[in-house]
Amino acid sequence: MSEVKYSKEHEWIKLDGDVATIGITKHATEMLGDIVFAELPEKGSSVEKDGTAGVVESTKAASDVYTPMSGEVVDTNQAIVDDPSKINQDPEDSAWFFKLKIKDPSEMDTLMNKDDYDKFAKETSA
Amino acid sequence: METKKTSLYQLHQDCNAKFVEFAGYQMPIQYSEGIVEEHKFTRNHSGIFDVSHMGQLFIYGGEDLIKDLEKIFPLDLKNLKLNHSKYNFLMDKDAGIHDDLIITKTKEGFLIILNAACKDNDFKILKEFLEDKYKMVLDENRSLIAIQGPKSSEILNDVINGVKDLNFMSGNWFTFENQKVYITRSGYTGEDGFEISIVNDFVDQLTRELINKGSKLIGLGARDTLRLEAGLCLYGHDLDKDKTPVEANLKWAISKERISKGDFIGSDIIIKQLNDGVSKIRVGIKPEGRIIAREKTKIFNQSDVHIGEITSGTFGPSVNGPVAMGYVENEFSKKNTKVFLEVRGKKHPASICSLPFYKKSYVKGVN
Repeated sequence: MSEVKYSKEHEWIKLDGDVATIGITKHATEMLGDIVFAELPEKGSSVEKDGTAGVVESTKAASDVYTPMSGEVVDTNQAIVDDPSKINQDPEDSAWFFKLKIKDPSEMDTLMNKDDYDKFAKETSA
Repeated sequence: METKKTSLYQLHQDCNAKFVEFAGYQMPIQYSEGIVEEHKFTRNHSGIFDVSHMGQLFIYGGEDLIKDLEKIFPLDLKNLKLNHSKYNFLMDKDAGIHDDLIITKTKEGFLIILNAACKDNDFKILKEFLEDKYKMVLDENRSLIAIQGPKSSEILNDVINGVKDLNFMSGNWFTFENQKVYITRSGYTGEDGFEISIVNDFVDQLTRELINKGSKLIGLGARDTLRLEAGLCLYGHDLDKDKTPVEANLKWAISKERISKGDFIGSDIIIKQLNDGVSKIRVGIKPEGRIIAREKTKIFNQSDVHIGEITSGTFGPSVNGPVAMGYVENEFSKKNTKVFLEVRGKKHPASICSLPFYKKSYVKGVN
């Protein structure tokens, strides 16, 4: 069974075996407003936990996207680059950002579960 | 200083506005539908903007006032018709821009609409120039709303009969609930529309009636994307004291008659720049692809030489792509010149383009 965790930077991460799928949370999209631009990491590149791995821009401003785990980028979602409004429509499923072949499964333990994240999101946006 | 609220604050809250502080006011940046939907609704239907934070300066006077204001503004105010408006600027002696504004000739004198962040300073400057000879009121008792978009004329005319007969850039007094309202056919979105000056106590009722007729409140976020698509300048970004109207490519707003006399503040520099040209000039910039180049983005030429900077840049919902304006060295200002924009350390191709990005014909009127 796959496990979903959340970061303080408002990314979600779903782990299936040693491949993690990463995107931004619904809460993040609500904070950002209409997303009109997305930039993803290059396939084959290596990313380090908490490092920048992309950019999203709303009509108002640009925000970095961070990776909650380290690993090699094995896939990216071109559909959200071609139509960034998909990120607002379905952020936690079809509008994923990139997939990683992870380096260290224990990094998963540093992240929040759904209940903790929801609480965190509510507190930080208040 | 405490943040001020406009008389529509409660209505903004009722419409689930997200607020930001802007020029000392709590202003709605967007409502629940978001900037893109609000932008498109204005272009296709009708949107209402609370611009009550802007200054409404009434100056009372006759022939002498006209002569004195002509020493300040490069406008032929003598021949400006009653109730007609002009876009112009308040300049310093070096032709740097203190503010951009709309000035309208009224029966009693002039009404000048000023930017919120500049209005108090403008008032001081004008009072000093006019040597306290005229009654000047920066009216805090009146609100200002704009209604913009193709359905606005019909909607507003349903509530205030007769406004549909106004010509573009002209106005008149009308009544709403026995209150005198001053309405001009103008705006800052590239759409047909009106600006309505009304006493604070009645603005909420008027706005709710316009909403009931099918218009919607639109936030400052969409106001910015709309004006940028329309190629219009935002003071403090595209215009400031380090830029002249000629550099800002706004020489169309300077009266030729007044240039020939050359007797207004900043006229020496303006005339020199009109004759000799300028070293930097405002242009439209269209990035290739989807990359958004925001304010302060550096512009490079094909030989990688820094030639300018973006002053406004965003995503244009009606253009469905990024749009920007900025200043470049004059020799690179020709349409279709290829340039590069440095965004997050990488150089992205773009080209100089003519403004506006989005064009719709204004209603010139029925007469």
